[in-house]
Amino acid sequence: MKNLDSVFAAYLIGWGVFFVFSLTVAKRAASLKKELAQLKERLQDSARQGK
Amino acid sequence: MTKTAVYTLLVCVLMGLSAYAAFYVAPTEVTMGLVQRIFYLHAPSGMTSLAAFLVSFVGSVMYLLTRKPRWDWLAVSSAEVGVAFCTVVLLTGPIWAHPAWGVWWAWDARLTSTLVLWLLYVAFLILRTMMEDDDRRAVVSAFFGVFAFLDVPLVYGSIWWWRTQHPQPVVFTSAGLDPTMRKVFYLSWLSLLCLMALLIRQRYELEASREELRMLEQELEAR
Repeated sequence: MKNLDSVFAAYLIGWGVFFVFSLTVAKRAASLKKELAQLKERLQDSARQGK
Repeated sequence: MTKTAVYTLLVCVLMGLSAYAAFYVAPTEVTMGLVQRIFYLHAPSGMTSLAAFLVSFVGSVMYLLTRKPRWDWLAVSSAEVGVAFCTVVLLTGPIWAHPAWGVWWAWDARLTSTLVLWLLYVAFLILRTMMEDDDRRAVVSAFFGVFAFLDVPLVYGSIWWWRTQHPQPVVFTSAGLDPTMRKVFYLSWLSLLCLMALLIRQRYELEASREELRMLEQELEAR
């Protein structure tokens, strides 16, 4: 079982990078979605006030 | 269940299967022993990163030809995903090299050109954050994207053109790779290509949302 720790470390780090990357994309998407929803609400408000 | 959820689940299953195959199905290599199993993550990650950079190159060229923003979104999305895969290559390589070669790093042609490739695409991503104007940013980064891609053939060909510490290719050649090892390699590569496609799509949607946000902000300002 020589070097088993190296194999585990490589897979852990590799999969970790993919996981962290997809997490950051998901986080950015969620924050953008929130911003979009707020903006749409503001637009609706301003449209209502305009009427 | 949405299409994205189904596809994400499929990618997770494929990744799990490829890890299982790498650990339990592939035979242990005689010279290097267990540590050779890093090959099933390291080499497919490298090839997937080159594939992502190729997509980015296509996006850059198409943007310069058509000036349609969606090509710029594709270029930046795939460049970012390519950097993630290239990071995995640069991290798993030394973990394999240390027990196999006795050193963490060697400044040979393959390793150095890969590091340069990673630096070029990191610079590509940093460059984009430095420009406010959308059109200017897209044009400059498209030119830079084309320039950065010039290193990809260098990375790919380095092990044929120069004497390197890095092993000679075993996948697309008649070199004696065990048939089971070859199958496990292809399964790992397929799973990583599917992951790449999923990540590029998610990242592309982020760019599309940014554009939508920008349009809404303009609309709000106009009122």
